[in-house]
Amino acid sequence: MLLFDTYVQKLKYKVLKEVARHDYAGTLQDCYLDIPKAISPGPRSTMRCCIYKERAIVAERVKIAMGGHKENPNVIEVIGIACDECPVSGYRVGPDCRGCIAHRCSSACPRGAISFDENHHAHIDPDKCINCGKCASVCPYSAIQNHVRPCERACKVKAIQQGENHVAHIDDSKCIACGACVYQCPFGAIQDKSFLLDAIRILRESEGNKKYKVYAVVAPSISSQFVYAKLGQVITGLKELGFFSVVEAALGADMVAYREAKELAEKGFLTSSCCPAFVSYIEKSFPTLRPFVSHNLSPMAEVARFIKGTDPDAKIIFIGPCTAKKQEFQREEVRPWVDCVLTFEELQAWFDSRDLDLPSLGEDVLDNASYFGRIFARSGGLTDAVAQALKEQQSDFIVSPIPCDGIEACRVALLKKQKNLLKENFIEGMACVGGCIGGAGCLTHGPKDKGEVDKYGHEAYEKTISAALAQCAYDAEK
Amino acid sequence: MKITICIGSSCHLKGSRQIVEELQRLVAEKGLKDKIELAGKFCMGNCQNGVCVTVDEEPFSLRPEDTKAFFENDVLPRLK
Repeated sequence: MLLFDTYVQKLKYKVLKEVARHDYAGTLQDCYLDIPKAISPGPRSTMRCCIYKERAIVAERVKIAMGGHKENPNVIEVIGIACDECPVSGYRVGPDCRGCIAHRCSSACPRGAISFDENHHAHIDPDKCINCGKCASVCPYSAIQNHVRPCERACKVKAIQQGENHVAHIDDSKCIACGACVYQCPFGAIQDKSFLLDAIRILRESEGNKKYKVYAVVAPSISSQFVYAKLGQVITGLKELGFFSVVEAALGADMVAYREAKELAEKGFLTSSCCPAFVSYIEKSFPTLRPFVSHNLSPMAEVARFIKGTDPDAKIIFIGPCTAKKQEFQREEVRPWVDCVLTFEELQAWFDSRDLDLPSLGEDVLDNASYFGRIFARSGGLTDAVAQALKEQQSDFIVSPIPCDGIEACRVALLKKQKNLLKENFIEGMACVGGCIGGAGCLTHGPKDKGEVDKYGHEAYEKTISAALAQCAYDAEK
Repeated sequence: MKITICIGSSCHLKGSRQIVEELQRLVAEKGLKDKIELAGKFCMGNCQNGVCVTVDEEPFSLRPEDTKAFFENDVLPRLK
C-alpha cells in the first residue's frame, strides 16, 4: 500500500525518520552531517544532476527537519538550491497550432503580441504579452497553454514569485502557510519546518509523564489517514511513543461550534476562525473584514485550553494535517495552550523511527467528541455543526451559511462581503480544497477521505454537541 | 471537597458523562455547590478499572448505575 502520494513526501519522511532516530540515540549532533550520505548513498545520483548536489539538498532538508532557519518567521521555507528554476514562459503556442486562417488569437489579444510565421503558425511575443489568457480561451484547438510554475499555480494567494536567479521567493506579507506549494512543488523545494525534535524533547523531559503529563490532541482528519492500521492502533502507537493521553481535537470543535453559534446569533454575521490559513488570509488580504472573524479560539487551541484547565502543568502537542497550525500555535493567544504542532507526515516518521509497527499493536480508544465535532475535518462540517448548535440552543436565529471550499472560494465570498453584496450571514472558510482532509500535512489524499470522516463521525458515542460538552462539564461562558 | 471524574476516552465510553451529569444533579439537589467542586481529567492512568473517580485524591472505581450509592455512601459522609 502506498504510504504517501508522492516521492517528495517520502523523501521528507526519510529525512525526518533519520533525524528522529539519531536524536533518540543521542547521536544527532555528531551525525547529522552524515544523514545526506545515508539517504543518497551514491555513487550515482537518483534525483539530481550529481550526487554532490543531491546530498547538499538533503542536507538542507535535514536543517528543516531540525527546525529550519530560526531567523525566518515563516514556517514555510524555500530550499534555494532545490528549486529547479522551472522555466517561466507564461502563455505559449504549442504544436497543436494548425496555422488556421481565422486568427481568433490575434484578434483577441489586446496588446498585439501575436504574430504568424511563414507556416501561418502563431507566436507570442513575451515582451508584449500580459498573460491575460484571452488567446488561449478562443483557440479552437486549445493550442495555447499557460506555462505557470507549479508553486505559483498552487499558491492561490499569489505569495510566490521568482526571486533572485529565478529561485522561488515567498512574500511573507501574503503567505498564509497553507502548505499548498509544499505539497505541489515537484522538486520538494518548498518545505514546512518541522518541530519534531521539540516534540521528542517535550516527551523526554517529562520523564515518563512524571514531571508533567504530555497530551496529544489529534485532528479528526486522522480518520482518513494511517489507513493501513486501525485508528485504535494509532492511539496505542501514540501512547507507545510516550504520550500520557490522546484527546480529540474534535471535542474542541464541539466547544467552538457551540460558542460560535452564540456569537453568530449575537452579531448577525460571522466568519469562522477554525482554519488558521483562512484567518491569516483575512488578516493579510482583507484587513477591513478582520472584525467579522469569530473571536473564538480554533478547536485545537480551545481543547488545549480546556485540558490545561484540568491539568495546568500539562504539555500539549497537536497532530494534524495542517502546516498553518505550525504558524498558529506561535500566536500570542494560542501559545499558552499549545506547546508543539506536528503533521501526520511527521507522526509517521516518528512512529517508524521507533520501529513501531502499528498493525501489530493492540487497539486503544479515542472518543470524546460528537458527530458534529468530528465532521469539522471536511468542508461543510463546520456549517452543519453551527446549525446544529443553534438548534440545540433553541435559538431562533436563522443561519444562512456559505461553506467555502478552498481559498479561491473564500476569496469570492470575502470580496462580496467587502462590497456588501454577500447575502449569507456565515462564512465557513477552509483554505484547503475538501477541508482539512485536503491539508498539506496529510500522508495521502483520496476520494474516499470524506466518506471516512463521516463514518468516523457516526461512530461517535455522543450524538449531540450538548452531550459532548456535558461529558466534560464544559462551561461555554468561560 | 473536589471530586474529579475521568473523562478520558476509555472512561467516556464506559459512561463517565452519565456520572458527571448525575453528580452535578445530586450536588445541585443537596445545595452543595459551594462545598463540592466537580472537575474532569483526561485519563487517570487506570483505564481498566474505569470509570475512575477521585475524592480529594482518594481513588474510586465507578459504574454509572452506582453513582447515587457512591454519592450517599462515600461522598456525603466525608463532608461531615
